[in-house]
Amino acid sequence: MGKAWTFGENMNTDEIIPGRYNITIDPLELAKNVFCEVKPEYAKTMQPGDVIVGGQNFGCGSSREHAPIAIKGSQAKCIIAPSFARIFFRNAINIGLPILECPEAVADITEGDDIDVNLATGEIFNRTNGHQYQAQALPDFVLKIADAGGIINFLKTHEIQDLLA
Amino acid sequence: MGTLIEEIFSRKAGKQVQAGEILLLDVDYIMSHDNTTPLAIKAFRDIGKPILDKNKIVIHFDHAYPAPNVLAAENHKKIIEFVKEQELPHLLHQGVCHQVMIEEGYITPGAIVIGADSHSNTYGAMGAFGTGLGSTEIGVAWITGKCWFKVPETIRVELSGQSQPGVYAKDVMIHIAGLLGMDGGTYRSVEFGGEYIDNLPMHERIIFPNMSTEIGAKCGLIAADDVTINYLENETPAKGKGPFERILPVNPRYERVLEVDVSTLVPQVACHPDVDNVKPLTEVQGLDVHEVYIGTCTNARYEDLEIVANMLKGKKVNPLVRVIVTPASDRIYRKALTNGLIDILMDAGCTVTGSGCGACIGRHGGILAPGERALTTMNRNFIGRMGSPLSEIYLASPATAAATALTGKITDPRELLETIS
Repeated sequence: MGKAWTFGENMNTDEIIPGRYNITIDPLELAKNVFCEVKPEYAKTMQPGDVIVGGQNFGCGSSREHAPIAIKGSQAKCIIAPSFARIFFRNAINIGLPILECPEAVADITEGDDIDVNLATGEIFNRTNGHQYQAQALPDFVLKIADAGGIINFLKTHEIQDLLA
Repeated sequence: MGTLIEEIFSRKAGKQVQAGEILLLDVDYIMSHDNTTPLAIKAFRDIGKPILDKNKIVIHFDHAYPAPNVLAAENHKKIIEFVKEQELPHLLHQGVCHQVMIEEGYITPGAIVIGADSHSNTYGAMGAFGTGLGSTEIGVAWITGKCWFKVPETIRVELSGQSQPGVYAKDVMIHIAGLLGMDGGTYRSVEFGGEYIDNLPMHERIIFPNMSTEIGAKCGLIAADDVTINYLENETPAKGKGPFERILPVNPRYERVLEVDVSTLVPQVACHPDVDNVKPLTEVQGLDVHEVYIGTCTNARYEDLEIVANMLKGKKVNPLVRVIVTPASDRIYRKALTNGLIDILMDAGCTVTGSGCGACIGRHGGILAPGERALTTMNRNFIGRMGSPLSEIYLASPATAAATALTGKITDPRELLETIS
């Protein structure tokens, strides 16, 4: 269970983590400044397991990986959005940051709601208002990458073919 | 049967595939540049396995090259040491990565090419699948030679008619970006076709897949035809490497078809601060500019420089405006030198720089101060891209850039073009 943090549409990679902080790729260092311009209280008060609820085209802009790394470093459980920018989508999967597409959840969740997420089934339960939403379940290969903690860790112990095996 | 992307992926997968399927495909080339290679090296070292095929790896120095600061120099040094250590055969510094990939013959119809740069979509102009990825995936692909893809749905952009004088492929693509919006192509393959595309030469076709990135597309594709094959055979070292396949859509099922008749279009401008903030030039003409930048993987090919030189020949640009020309590649630069274009541009008061990404990445070669406005031939006008977050970027064709360079205000190129034709 985690608290929902809501964000607007077209949240770009510079709003997630401004370019001036991209001098490191250390997740915990980046996490200190994640969303610092759009929602500075996030980095200060969020708890591990909290859930990010974004608007459409979340993560648009640069192909740099600092944005998903910063969010993962903050120990958010996952990001729920109606849609993600495609390079952000891939980068998030590859670094082991779960992302769920669910417009219904995004439309209904308000900041601070208590949210349960089952990543394997895509079920999202809002404990605050009792509503349940169904996101598209993550494909098996994405769960394999997430379980390993990212594609780099996955490949340390597997071959790439094992992804779709 | 399928859309162009379904057919390209099917050929590579050795079976018929459809939108929605997840595939693990062999890639033909893995591209990265001085900005993105260092993180790929880190991913590669973290995994700790050997490179599968050195010939597939192509690394370019183009973003911050020659190095404008110590950090960039350190990146170059790190990459050169890695190339030496791994004995990689393809380290290039001959211009913008995407232009060099195409003109050096790396991109052939049906190829699967991934790049650690968002504008890797450009390769779709050759009937190849090109897409941008993060650096981690590039490091992974060095080791595995493979990459996972979800077969995308397709938006077909059907272009008919003939454009009026003074209206170029850039104007048409800016217009399309305005129609589809900056997330209108997200996850999608955007397939460009129709009689307008059929009749376009290669240097104009490239603009459509290149700017498909700006509408969020996974790839932008144009089916290979005689124009593609002739270009490969006559303009690149790929001559003789054929026969090249002509993969076409077969009874395709499109998610959406956008039909555009280009014959009534006037010159277009994508205005600050979004690529889909598109207006006919007539609505923004007269706006003061402080810099005109002619460059990038979108619009700094020989033919673009030729248009600009023809318009500036015997004239002087506004002396209060910095007019900077950065040829997309050394090959283009040399041809422009040989044929006298560089003399014309310099005589007119333009500053011509070495080839590469130049001012487009906001780190060198024409950075903007707060409160300044640039009219450029680039593909992207994000806030702060060319320097100060308080500057503004307007995107247009090379002809509009040349007309604007003369007056210092956004200017319709059509009147000037009439007087010189």
